[in-house]
Amino acid sequence: MGLTDILQKPGETLGDMAQVANLDAMVNWGQSYSLWPYPFATACCGIEFMGTACSDNDIARFGAERPSFSPRQADMILVLGTITYKMAPVLREIYDQLSEPKYVVSVGACASSGGMFDTYGVVQGIDRFLPVDIYIPGCPPRPEAIMDALIKLQEKVKTQGLEARRSEIKRKIEEINERNRPLIVR
Amino acid sequence: MKEKVESFLQSKLSQFVLRSEPINTNILTFSIKSEGVVPVIKALKEDSELKFDFLNDLTAIDWLGKKNPRFEVCYLLKSPSNKHFRIMLKAAIEDGEGIHSITSLFKGANWPEREIFDLFGIEFINHPYMDRIILPDNFQGHPLRKDFPLEGFGQDYLISDLLHIHQEE
Repeated sequence: MGLTDILQKPGETLGDMAQVANLDAMVNWGQSYSLWPYPFATACCGIEFMGTACSDNDIARFGAERPSFSPRQADMILVLGTITYKMAPVLREIYDQLSEPKYVVSVGACASSGGMFDTYGVVQGIDRFLPVDIYIPGCPPRPEAIMDALIKLQEKVKTQGLEARRSEIKRKIEEINERNRPLIVR
Repeated sequence: MKEKVESFLQSKLSQFVLRSEPINTNILTFSIKSEGVVPVIKALKEDSELKFDFLNDLTAIDWLGKKNPRFEVCYLLKSPSNKHFRIMLKAAIEDGEGIHSITSLFKGANWPEREIFDLFGIEFINHPYMDRIILPDNFQGHPLRKDFPLEGFGQDYLISDLLHIHQEE
């Protein structure tokens, strides 16, 4: 049994000291347990995120314990709350500053669809101008819902390869551009 | 205090004070002509006895279809040296008309006046910087007017530069 044979079976333990894995799986595994969140909190969902991060629920159990307040050191952006038309360029600027790979989580009804604010000032969902990975329902969502979303995102990071991720983002951006084309007024 | 203010306005500034039907309110209210805003407030502020030298609030009302002229600008004044007695002055103006700014009397009127301009479209004359304060600079219309639709006219023009996402790489 040579090295090439062993590499055919990733995940296999050799004795109790060594385990075989391919590099992609290793990197994805590491990434999935260090998803540093950037909380973009504009409304009450932000308070719910504080509850999620504090000791009762403790988001640190899933490796997302460090809320990063610089977008350059964050992996996922949590959009927590109502996004107005005046705030939209700011959010977009911050999204552009996030370092790759970046994931967008839309927390709550407001960020996902505008919520109850169907008014002149509120963007009807951040998926109008950002490629969203996970939507969390609720107004505001319970901490359990936010952690559920985090676990689902970890699964996605673990299983999805780099190429698949790239093509997914590309498809989402094409969808957004296609959807918005007839809506532009002037 | 109520009689003092009434007699003061009637004796010295009667040319600006309008006769108005009584309003069921606990605050003393006067309707004044829009051109008399600055002299009336100046006199009330500088009178040694009344001393209404605190601007509590400055706002506007749109009475579309209920009153003519359409808008009312409300000044809520307080006199801290007279047990914080408060009065309200209302100046009615028509759509498109301007009203004189009171920033020369109260520095704190600067932002409320800009807010009224932003949300109602009432222009203040002699204001140091008459521009939108809350809404985006390229916003169309004035949303607190009663004829402004709640959902807006379709606000995508505000972020039209964001709606096309380009992917780097």
